[in-house]
Amino acid sequence: MSFINHLLFGIYPYIALAVFVLGSLIRYDREPYSWKTGSSQMLESKQLRKGSFAFHIGILAILAGHFVGLLTPHQVWHWLGISAATKQVVAMAAGGLFGLVCLYGMTILLKRRLTNPRVRATSTKMDIIILVLLYAQLILGLLSIPFSMGHLDGSEMLKLMAWAQHTVTFNAVAASQAIAGVGMIYKLHVLLGMTLFLLFPFSRLVHIWSVPVKYMRRNYQVVRQR
Amino acid sequence: MKVRAQIGMVLNLDKCIGCHTCSVTCKNVWTSREGMEYAWFNNVETKPGIGYPKEWENQEKWNGGWVRSKNGKLEPKQGGKRRILANIFANPDLPEIDDYYEPFDFDYQHLHRAGESKHQPVARPRSLISGQRMEKIEWGPNWEEILGTEFSKRRKDKNFDQVQADIYGQFENTFMMYLPRLCEHCLNPACVASCPSGAIYKREEDGIVLIDQDKCRGWRMCVSGCPYKKIYYNWKTGKSEKCIFCYPRIEVGQPTICSETCVGRIRYLGVMLYDADKIADAASVPNDKDLYQAQCDIFLDPFNPDVQAAARREGIPEAWLQAAQQSPVYKMAMEWKVALPLHPEYRTLPMVWYVPPLSPIQTAMEAGHVGMNGIIPDLKSLRIPLKYLANLLTAGDEKPVIRALERMLAMRAFKRAQQVEGVKDDEVIAAVGLHDWQIEEMYRVMALANYEDRFVIPTSHTAYAEQAYDMKSGCGFSFGNGCSSSSGVNLFGGKSQTVRQVIPVDVQE
Repeated sequence: MSFINHLLFGIYPYIALAVFVLGSLIRYDREPYSWKTGSSQMLESKQLRKGSFAFHIGILAILAGHFVGLLTPHQVWHWLGISAATKQVVAMAAGGLFGLVCLYGMTILLKRRLTNPRVRATSTKMDIIILVLLYAQLILGLLSIPFSMGHLDGSEMLKLMAWAQHTVTFNAVAASQAIAGVGMIYKLHVLLGMTLFLLFPFSRLVHIWSVPVKYMRRNYQVVRQR
Repeated sequence: MKVRAQIGMVLNLDKCIGCHTCSVTCKNVWTSREGMEYAWFNNVETKPGIGYPKEWENQEKWNGGWVRSKNGKLEPKQGGKRRILANIFANPDLPEIDDYYEPFDFDYQHLHRAGESKHQPVARPRSLISGQRMEKIEWGPNWEEILGTEFSKRRKDKNFDQVQADIYGQFENTFMMYLPRLCEHCLNPACVASCPSGAIYKREEDGIVLIDQDKCRGWRMCVSGCPYKKIYYNWKTGKSEKCIFCYPRIEVGQPTICSETCVGRIRYLGVMLYDADKIADAASVPNDKDLYQAQCDIFLDPFNPDVQAAARREGIPEAWLQAAQQSPVYKMAMEWKVALPLHPEYRTLPMVWYVPPLSPIQTAMEAGHVGMNGIIPDLKSLRIPLKYLANLLTAGDEKPVIRALERMLAMRAFKRAQQVEGVKDDEVIAAVGLHDWQIEEMYRVMALANYEDRFVIPTSHTAYAEQAYDMKSGCGFSFGNGCSSSSGVNLFGGKSQTVRQVIPVDVQE
């Protein structure tokens, strides 16, 4: 059991993250023509406008919450005067709120992708796979909230934080030990999350790398010299 | 003064016969691919009509082009940078495929395979997007061909503003004209400004506006930014595409394929020199009606020695300066003022200009007593209302349209007097402010329209600019990706570029 635990939470994350980083780099370098958002708005606009905005706002907030929540060392929270219990309640409330926003959007988008004949016909297999996995991941995340109600002292959360922080500091043994005792729902959520990183470079998710921040600073007009 | 050169185009609408050869040759060369079936880099519309995509000229609906804000600065009508980014998840101004038309093909194979039956087998339409049966084709690339559809629909044509349009719905007053359209390769392009990725750019050497297919991310803001709706989102590749002004042909001195194949010989290509420093000021003059003149004012006289010296300092080749002097575009737009820009009020400073069409006298009954304005027929008696042409070409200002039409009529009158009656009618050309040698040149360029007078295109000397040795083992033109993914296996997904000839279909009897 402990070997499988180590394999899934000590080794698998590194495989997933390595594929995530190297795969993205290779795709960016070798296949720039395939690097895109894959928008289907011009085939169907009404449902997309309803769903896409809610989905993106929700998921961006959730992503940011996970990064800050998992990777900020607990000493920093302690120094800020925020106890683990308080942090957990805030995380549950904010995560729950944006999770529901995201769920609303993604339900519309998933239905649209599967049932609109134009969108369905032009979807790649990976478009559908990645959307279904994201949907499953979101539901797992939302389901974990009632479980967290059972232990409001933040102890489970501290274990997950320790796992994340040991992982990014390349301490695989400590990481898999830290996560060994958490509930199954969190383990599934983490596992599926790592799988999303693994699939990232092969899906349309790569457009996340291309957030057009430079647009704000450039001139409106672009002229290229020979 | 910062001199730049651009290859501009003029279309002589007076000679367009609406044969669509330009559109078809363009499609065969550039857009005969899946994902681009619905896209026509060049299309010919019958006016009056709402056009392709539907009502593209109605910027209250589509929010294309630029607006001048209170402080005198220009901003894309769909919103400034911040608003464009805020709308990136769902673009509220994006046309849907049905605004163009759902691309279709017919089950032709059924005609071969159908068994014996009482009735003739028919080839029924099928969507090229979903592959599903289409019971009824609702719209097409040229649905309004020669005044197709009822007037109440065509009545929505934005050029009817301030025209008593309902009169022209009556059979005896009806009028029509053709409008071939392509990318305007603007001096102040709104698509470039709208692109969050910075993938769209204007080439410095010839002004052609292109989309870098490797940098395009499919944020689709250019589609809504362009007021002419001449950027098309390829639904299969997820990238936007547009008219490339046949740059591989232009570079070697050949005309674009639409110009080359035009049977009416209505298209002209030539170099225009302009002052790039003045673009921003010209595009942001307060009054819409001044935009035509403002754009004329930034074009530079290729015979002026100061301009030539400044152009040489910018590194513009000698061949380009010579071509600028012989440019038919310069002659028609600047010297004779018979060519006018398309919808200057969008403030993009378009570089594909149009000679307005003459039209028959209003009714046969009146033909005997045509109102004459001196020697030239009164333009008010022409079938196409002047206001309509002015709304199309000069933001509603009729004076430049009248000048252009009068000069064309004067050319006819002068040549008729010369060749039929054998007299030199100086009066008629004095009335329009031209010299006889100018009329003769107009006649040569516009009426005879020989190949070498229509297309004056200097080469870009690519043969010298590119080292053949460096291009050894290169991939030539490819769909981005360079030499990658030529094996047919693509690790990173995405459907391969194909041309779907026939959708295989089995019809059960």
